[in-house]
Amino acid sequence: MTNNKKIYDKGMVIIGLCIFVVVITFPFWFNLGNAAPAPEPKIADKAKAAKECVMPKAYMKVEHMQILNEWRDTVVRDAKRIFVNSSGKEFNMSLTSTCLDCHTEKAEFCDKCHDYASVSPYCWECHIDPKETK
Amino acid sequence: MNISYMYSLIAVIVLFLLAYVGAMLPGGEVFFGIIIPYLALIIFILGFINRVVDWARSPVPFRIPTTCGQEKSLPWIKPNSIDNPTTTGGVIIRMFLEVVFFRSLFRNTKMALQEGDKLSYEWEKWLWLFSLAFHWTFFVVIFRHLRFFTEPVPALVELVAKLDGFLQIGLPELRISGVVLLGALMFLFLRRIYIPQMRFISLASDYFPLFLIIGIAFTGILMRYFTKVDIVGVKEFTMNLVTFKPHITEGIGSIFYVHLFFVSVLLAYFPFSKLMHLGGIFMSPTRNMVNNNRFKRHINPWNYPVEVHTYEQYEDEFREKMVGVGLPVVKPLAAKTPEEPEEKE
Repeated sequence: MTNNKKIYDKGMVIIGLCIFVVVITFPFWFNLGNAAPAPEPKIADKAKAAKECVMPKAYMKVEHMQILNEWRDTVVRDAKRIFVNSSGKEFNMSLTSTCLDCHTEKAEFCDKCHDYASVSPYCWECHIDPKETK
Repeated sequence: MNISYMYSLIAVIVLFLLAYVGAMLPGGEVFFGIIIPYLALIIFILGFINRVVDWARSPVPFRIPTTCGQEKSLPWIKPNSIDNPTTTGGVIIRMFLEVVFFRSLFRNTKMALQEGDKLSYEWEKWLWLFSLAFHWTFFVVIFRHLRFFTEPVPALVELVAKLDGFLQIGLPELRISGVVLLGALMFLFLRRIYIPQMRFISLASDYFPLFLIIGIAFTGILMRYFTKVDIVGVKEFTMNLVTFKPHITEGIGSIFYVHLFFVSVLLAYFPFSKLMHLGGIFMSPTRNMVNNNRFKRHINPWNYPVEVHTYEQYEDEFREKMVGVGLPVVKPLAAKTPEEPEEKE
């Protein structure tokens, strides 16, 4: 009568299950023997000297893209160039002449985390990194 | 009275609170961030294999493919080699189209009574459209998440992420897949709530995965666009997980652990639920069988030998008597006639 031990189409089932396991465990074997420590963005000397960015560090860490987006819209659409931060200090809204003025090295500062987190901001489709062109 | 979805909703809310509060307790991050995810993945893989092997142990002695086209017959009748496959190649094409485009769901129709008692089958493509949208965007979202699990990130993952955000709305860029995923999930949920027949047949096990995946999408969208999360810290944490050097990155925040816990629950729940259609689609005999009944004999593996007495044997046994009473016989007595006179003499 019925034999419950038998696996029908054994070859096909095993091939299918092997594909399943290989696909599911992809991240484990892809990174084998590959230590990938989190990058530490290098703060340029000028930025260190300035002590504080336009907003507090913790805020900048997670919200910088939003600030840049707002700056772009305000400058391009409303022609307003002055940003006043929470402590009343004024800044010129400019990626190239404010941000990059302190954070002089794009490759050491922006790109480090962006590359690690696989983020490719489209800032650089219009802006240039002054250092890169030299 | 249908309280199935209330049970499921409450279950998901409890899971949310469990992880949200739990991750704040001492040791909670280790529990929800390391122990639970590893356990869930082990349960998922072993449970999945177990379930598939269990299915493979069920014999399918007869060819039972659903035939959706003309079967191969006479040479001048055009067969439908995909919808009624008579070759393994046809089955592969059929399975591929089924898995990737949900072809059988495309044939979905709505049965309704019109003008009183007139039965009609109406065009119904919404389920197909939204389930396709759901499955594909869920796949894209999972695929995009490989950026947290690989270093260096494969170019294909980056390309998919770029295409996904090509509308360039806001920063961080809006990912189309996330929005479509949540929208399609809402459709699939509302469908069960608003269509009376669907509500009637929907069980807690139908709502629970829906709410769970809505929870996953919701917490993910929350982290990306609203509450924000230290993304480099998150990747550091996930990379430590996949390189078997589990280590908690401080200060990621509870919402992340809720997200991770939801995913873990989904993985652990997967092999015991209807979600197993991921493996089941490949195991379904109505799809994966070649329709060759007409030209190949399939014998039931548990048939026991049956003692048969064919007509030929029967006639051999009773031929003389049959001829004697005038019954027609296939093999005439002529072959035996020479013997008879001898006997008589």
